Amino acid sequence: MHRCSFRTRLTAVVTALAFSTTLLAPAPTRAANKLQIMTATTDLASLAQEVGGDKVDVESIARGYQDPHFVDAKPSFLLKLKRADLLIVVGLELEIGWLPPLINQSTNPKIQVAAPGYLDASRFAKILEIPTGQVTRAEGDVHPLGNPHYWLDPENGLRIAKGISDKLSEMRPGDAAYFAQRYADFEQRLKQADERWLAEMKPYAGRKIVTYHRSWPNFAEHFHLNVVGYVEPRPGIPPSPQHTVELMQLMKREGIKVIVVEPYFDLKTPNAVARETGAQVLVLPPSVGGEKEITDYFKLFDYDISKLKQAFDATH
Amino acid sequence: MKALEEQVRTLAEEVALLRGELKAQRDAKSMDTATESRVLLASSHVEPGTLASSAAPAAPEPVASQVPQTQATGGTQLQTYGGATSNAKLLNPDISLIGDFIGNFGHNNVTPSRALELHESEIGMQAIIDPYSRADAFFSFGETGVSVEEAYATFTSLPAGLLLKVGKMRADFGKVNTIHNHALPYIDRPLVTNNLVGGEDGIDDAGMSLSRFIAAPKGWFMEGTAQVYRGDSDDLFTSYRRQDLSVVGHLRGYRDLSESTNLDLGISYARGNSAGLSFAPNPSAFFTNLYGADATLRWKPLRRAIYKNFLFRTELFWSARDQLSALNFFETQHAFGMYSSAEYRLNRRWTVGGRFDRSGRAMNANLTDTGFSGILTYWPSEFSQIRGQYRFGHLALATPGDFSLANEFLFQFLFVMGAHGAHPF
Repeated sequence: MHRCSFRTRLTAVVTALAFSTTLLAPAPTRAANKLQIMTATTDLASLAQEVGGDKVDVESIARGYQDPHFVDAKPSFLLKLKRADLLIVVGLELEIGWLPPLINQSTNPKIQVAAPGYLDASRFAKILEIPTGQVTRAEGDVHPLGNPHYWLDPENGLRIAKGISDKLSEMRPGDAAYFAQRYADFEQRLKQADERWLAEMKPYAGRKIVTYHRSWPNFAEHFHLNVVGYVEPRPGIPPSPQHTVELMQLMKREGIKVIVVEPYFDLKTPNAVARETGAQVLVLPPSVGGEKEITDYFKLFDYDISKLKQAFDATH
Repeated sequence: MKALEEQVRTLAEEVALLRGELKAQRDAKSMDTATESRVLLASSHVEPGTLASSAAPAAPEPVASQVPQTQATGGTQLQTYGGATSNAKLLNPDISLIGDFIGNFGHNNVTPSRALELHESEIGMQAIIDPYSRADAFFSFGETGVSVEEAYATFTSLPAGLLLKVGKMRADFGKVNTIHNHALPYIDRPLVTNNLVGGEDGIDDAGMSLSRFIAAPKGWFMEGTAQVYRGDSDDLFTSYRRQDLSVVGHLRGYRDLSESTNLDLGISYARGNSAGLSFAPNPSAFFTNLYGADATLRWKPLRRAIYKNFLFRTELFWSARDQLSALNFFETQHAFGMYSSAEYRLNRRWTVGGRFDRSGRAMNANLTDTGFSGILTYWPSEFSQIRGQYRFGHLALATPGDFSLANEFLFQFLFVMGAHGAHPF
């Protein structure tokens, strides 16, 4: 009886050991030649995929329907960051609340700030709303380096893609021609698409809108929209009754009929404002992945522009 | 006379400099407006700096809008001068101050605290040191003095996936021990922290920490940490000789259950020489062994992360403390303590929470304290916080079986100045 149980126990131990070694074995090596790219947001992931093609694996930390200011620095991201060759960030302190600890703890020397595998996309973009003079938090959660939602201008998208393409060529000189060709192709397609988008938006040039957060200055500038008010009294400060009343008065006075809300904000206040002013609440994703069908950078503008057109037509 | 001439000359120079500065600012302003004239991507596109394509002259140089005004107008002597001083400031560390004001009302005979106090002003300085390391320092100005809460360098570029920290730091023992006062979801620390884990500062000592990810089953993240400290932590550990070091070990397992739900588990161990025995004949032979287990369940739907979330956490602690009994015999007290807490975010500004406490006392395991707290928190913005906490305590008195009831209301106001770096998840 005892002997038998010893044997059983031994078998159990051996099985357990064998099992645990299989579990603990390192994951099969990734397609050896592919550059592993992590990006802070889905928009950067889409741009990196455009120029990287099948020479890269790209993954974003934040999801497209998530507020990029508030992302949990989950340890599961650490494993991905540890394997990354390149980390592309939005910068301008957008990710200041969650990315620094992830980078520090990743134990990956390649992607530390200013290391060759760290790329700040804001370096390439045209930045708006850079505060001049004194910056205080009486203004809310201001970004002292400028508005970080700059990817919503296709021109910036092109600039960022160029920056990524150059970086990839620098990291993989052997594939430089491939990346240059991918970029040239992307440039051509984006320019064509932009011509179409601009034409579609042309009838609405100068149209005034209200947005929840200051996510849209680059978009508005490129497509000639006029953002005249915000549901938030100050960036990052939730709506207050007094500000909401002022906003309603402003919208009535100016005849504003569209309230653009990012998918991660509560609709209660925008809906109340819309009821009072006869405006329409339009949930507009500022990022790739914000809706299921927005699978890349092109579809982001396709979607947003078609939704805006519908809203403008419906409320005119 | 000559001195006067000299003075006039310097004054004239200064006026010239100021004029230049004024002009520079005007130019920069007009530059800003110039960049607003927009260029349509479809018709003409110019790359920022690097890419010289068919270059439309009207295209704004995107970089121009980013660079400080001084550079935008091209470097006159004045610009270089002004630029040099302001650029030097850019190398300053991120500096922050967190004020922690606490009010306390009600009845507590065992562990009374003052009615009103600026409990702590925490000054943080954080910066990247060089391409291989960064440093974080937090100084705590309390009502009775200043202490270095933490000051350590982190080496981020070591081989073999190792992460090394050197300096004074909160030990990686469980969860609550690693959290700064201002980041706690309650005003006070759980009873067990005070009874078994060294009081408010917890295990906080000078030493070194080495951690590394460990290969784990698929879907799991595992990390192991080994730390060695001098061996002085409040009324928990004391180093009587130079070789009386204390050690801490921590193993963490984390798993995403879904996109919005995750589970965080950990076990911890700490060992050091029992504090308060300097009168004993051989204090280095007295050890305190601490064992801990922690579990955290988080739920946060990504689309509504800033409005709704839930966190449940429990930590268990076992203490085995060598000490001298009342009759001066060597004895080991085995005490157990725990807390469970939950917090739920009702909306963007309000959170409700509760905590249950139960803990024996390290030096006398027969004495057990029990408590319960209800917590309500309001955030006017991300940078200030108002919190109220009702605390009930069933606190043991020196004679076994005897106890005192505590009923207290705590009030806290927290304010944040400057750039305070994000805390690890």
